[in-house]
Amino acid sequence: MAETTALSSGSKRSVGNRQSNLRLLMNNRLAAGGLVILVAVVLIALAAPILPLADPDVTDPVNRLLPAFSEGHLLGTDELGRDLLSRLIWGTRVSLAVGLSATVIAAFLGSLIGLVAGYAGGRTDAILMRGIDMVMAFPYILLALAIVAVLGPGLLNALYAIAVVNIPFFARNIRGMALGLSRREFVDAARLSGMSHVRILFGEVLPNVLPVIIITMSTTIGWMILETAGLSFLGLGAQPPQADLGSMLGQGRKVLFTNPHVSIIPGLMIFVLVMSINLLGDGVRDVLDPRLKSGSLTRPVARTAVERAVMPGDLTPHRDAILDVRDLRTEFRIGGEIYKAVGGVDLRVGKGECLGVVGESGSGKSVSAMSIMGLAPTPPGRIVGGVALLDGEDLFSASDERIRMLRGLSVSHVFQDPLSTLHPLFTVGNQLVEAIQAHSRMTGSEARKKAEALLRMVRIPNPAERLKAYPHELSGGMRQRVCIAMALANDADVIIADEPTTALDVTVQAQILSLLDRLRKDNDTGILFITHDFGVVSAICDRVAVMYAGKVVETGATEEILSQPAHPYTAKLIQCVPVLGEPERRFGAISGRPPVVNRLPDGCAFAPRCQKATDECRKTEIAMTELSDGRAVRCIHPLSAREAAA
Amino acid sequence: MSETLLKIDAAERIFGGGKTLFGSPLPAVHALRGVSIEVQRGETLGIVGESGCGKSTLARILVGLDQPTCGAITYDGEDLCALARADGRQLARKIQYVFQDPLASLNPRKTIRAILEAPLVHLLGMDKPARQSRVEELMQAVNLAPEFLERYPHEFSGGQAQRIGIARALAADPELIVLDEPVSALDVSVQAQVLNILDDLKQRFNLTYLFISHDLSVVESVSDRVAVLYFGKLAEVGPARSVFSAPRHPYTHLLLQSAPAPGRKPTAVENAETELPDPYNPPPGCAFHARCPRRSNLCLQSEPPLEPSPIDDRHFAACHHPHGRTS
Repeated sequence: MAETTALSSGSKRSVGNRQSNLRLLMNNRLAAGGLVILVAVVLIALAAPILPLADPDVTDPVNRLLPAFSEGHLLGTDELGRDLLSRLIWGTRVSLAVGLSATVIAAFLGSLIGLVAGYAGGRTDAILMRGIDMVMAFPYILLALAIVAVLGPGLLNALYAIAVVNIPFFARNIRGMALGLSRREFVDAARLSGMSHVRILFGEVLPNVLPVIIITMSTTIGWMILETAGLSFLGLGAQPPQADLGSMLGQGRKVLFTNPHVSIIPGLMIFVLVMSINLLGDGVRDVLDPRLKSGSLTRPVARTAVERAVMPGDLTPHRDAILDVRDLRTEFRIGGEIYKAVGGVDLRVGKGECLGVVGESGSGKSVSAMSIMGLAPTPPGRIVGGVALLDGEDLFSASDERIRMLRGLSVSHVFQDPLSTLHPLFTVGNQLVEAIQAHSRMTGSEARKKAEALLRMVRIPNPAERLKAYPHELSGGMRQRVCIAMALANDADVIIADEPTTALDVTVQAQILSLLDRLRKDNDTGILFITHDFGVVSAICDRVAVMYAGKVVETGATEEILSQPAHPYTAKLIQCVPVLGEPERRFGAISGRPPVVNRLPDGCAFAPRCQKATDECRKTEIAMTELSDGRAVRCIHPLSAREAAA
Repeated sequence: MSETLLKIDAAERIFGGGKTLFGSPLPAVHALRGVSIEVQRGETLGIVGESGCGKSTLARILVGLDQPTCGAITYDGEDLCALARADGRQLARKIQYVFQDPLASLNPRKTIRAILEAPLVHLLGMDKPARQSRVEELMQAVNLAPEFLERYPHEFSGGQAQRIGIARALAADPELIVLDEPVSALDVSVQAQVLNILDDLKQRFNLTYLFISHDLSVVESVSDRVAVLYFGKLAEVGPARSVFSAPRHPYTHLLLQSAPAPGRKPTAVENAETELPDPYNPPPGCAFHARCPRRSNLCLQSEPPLEPSPIDDRHFAACHHPHGRTS
């Protein structure tokens, strides 16, 4: 049976993508305005030959220097009596053409140099880029002047000069991109598919840098028009009688005080043109640039927004629980769709207890954990229901100031990748001291002493020396120890550990797990341990909550769940895990794929993949059923002991 | 069955090194420090080791993406390195590679059809109708619907993307596939699907696999023979069953004890001081001696050679004081 569902329907999506890009651009009012003005100007310029305009080059000394709105000459005439409106439109045409061609030439040559330099690397890169550096070392106008001086004045030569001057800009931008892309795996894969270097460069790398080239072009074209105007103004570009905006400005300068309109009109045109292009260019950049697209334009706030519609009735915390999360619901609203990442999760962590949250990627385990201290990003995330009781205090109704205080003091986090969690520019000691001083009034030396003690506690050899080390000087295991030390800095009641050992080697993982296990017992710290690995769960967790599609589907003591899973999903998931020492086992794969959380089915989310599913499962939401003390399952047909063993 | 397909003889790879303009030596990392191993036709050789042990370097050398600094590699009687230098396509038709990160290995701006057709065009020179049927055949082989061909990589989940990666590797009809951590980026349920497909394909197309992973339980379940790499050298190699049930090298022991398994509490844990040796400055003698509970003075002085076990001449270990049968 072949799988027939991808994440979305293909062709529709790419068209939709393009449409939404245009809509995004239109949403930006400045960019939309720029686009409208630019389109109008371009249309008029293109239509110049068919418009009822006077010949721009015919002189008429009788009617020289007529003011604007004169009869027959809407914008007046210049000192030779030529019609300014006609010259303006024809001149705009020339300026646009020169600016655009110069941009295209510069983009083509610059991108080519950048692509080759970035892809080839090594000596080729060094030689090409040093050449580019030399071009950049000259002030641009001087270089343009030198080029025009050699080639002689003229519009075409000015165009070449401007193109050459702008090549480094493209070359440097594109080279950086190409350098990164050329080291990516898909380039290796293309090489193994037998593609030649040229083909890889233009077939594989170029399509990926194309957006950057377009962005760079859209932001340079206005600048190019200005530069053309500058050269023409100096008399090095368009030669009389040909009109372009720069030369019109230059000619108007002579009569600037007596007849300012002759120079103001082309000046205004340059301003409007460049301004509209720049506004549009910025808009295009915002839409196409993946970094800006992924939400950097919408600034996330310091804490997840809380808009609770559903509240659990009973707010008295469980007797032994230090952290008691009830009916937590977190949603992400992206472009009209609501993703119910967490749909009613109950988690309870006791003092010194370790609760494992297990699930596949996309099951909502990390979002649940991040929501507790308000770390899920807003926008687009928001908490829409439930409570998180920390020692009886509702965290979702606490003030921002209070949450800021509790973060790192009562609840601390350990994340998956210690290299990205630690600041690369500060020593480990500085960062530990900062964590300590954020919550207590210790002097520097006291805090340093405490930092040393913390490193000793996480069993880092030679702690005093290691305080002076930068994160990159430590191994992965050591870095994760530092992160754990930081989490312990203020004797937190609860540590939320999000896949803390996934990025580590097995021998190091075993060390970190035993360390965490010992520390929680010594300090009576509760741990919320998020993982996808049942082996890790066995090593450290007392209890387990299995998550599927944003809900906890089964919870109970670790040994019980592993030996006797009650939910069909848990059982299937355990069957998938290869077990050391049982190489003959054929894995039971789960057919189908998890539901998308913006379109959850009615009833049990696992029903479409479940062999035991009946019509009843698909009707209404399934509630948690208590099986025994501390053991509950969200299933109306739980597996019997015999089935679970099979 | 026991025909040697690939023979690696004392392969070494040194990164960096050389001299500066003024003659002072540059630091060098010895990623592979003389690895010799043979791969039989039709078997799955598992390679395990922790990060930095040189397993990916070895894989890249085998497919011609890198060249060994010294040592010889023969593939089916031919010099592999010479082949890679002279005609990379010739080599790519015989040995293919499956990458660890399925999405990163697919060009985001190409349709699946374009990705799968690339090896057919450039390696096999197929014409259009032949490609059409071959591409559909490939999709069928990895259990994906042919409708997917016109889509882009970002529309697929990790497991689906990895199957496309496998289909691409199969496209050129290779004899040997190097699988570099093919399932470590995937969820367990998806991992199981991919492993089952790999097993199925191996039977159907008479493939030989070189399966690289850091996950011992995965390697155990797929491999006929296993090689354990430590710090750029083979620590132990032998039939999977005997390596896993009766490991001889203390490092293999440590790995097996550290691996978490459902329903098992981890046993003996190493001290925090134990670290990988500095690759810029490898220690004399056995590279594992600092972490080894069985070390003696001998281990500090001389590097142990890879020697067969007294009871099984296919099971080798590089240790002065190997574990016996029972320990």
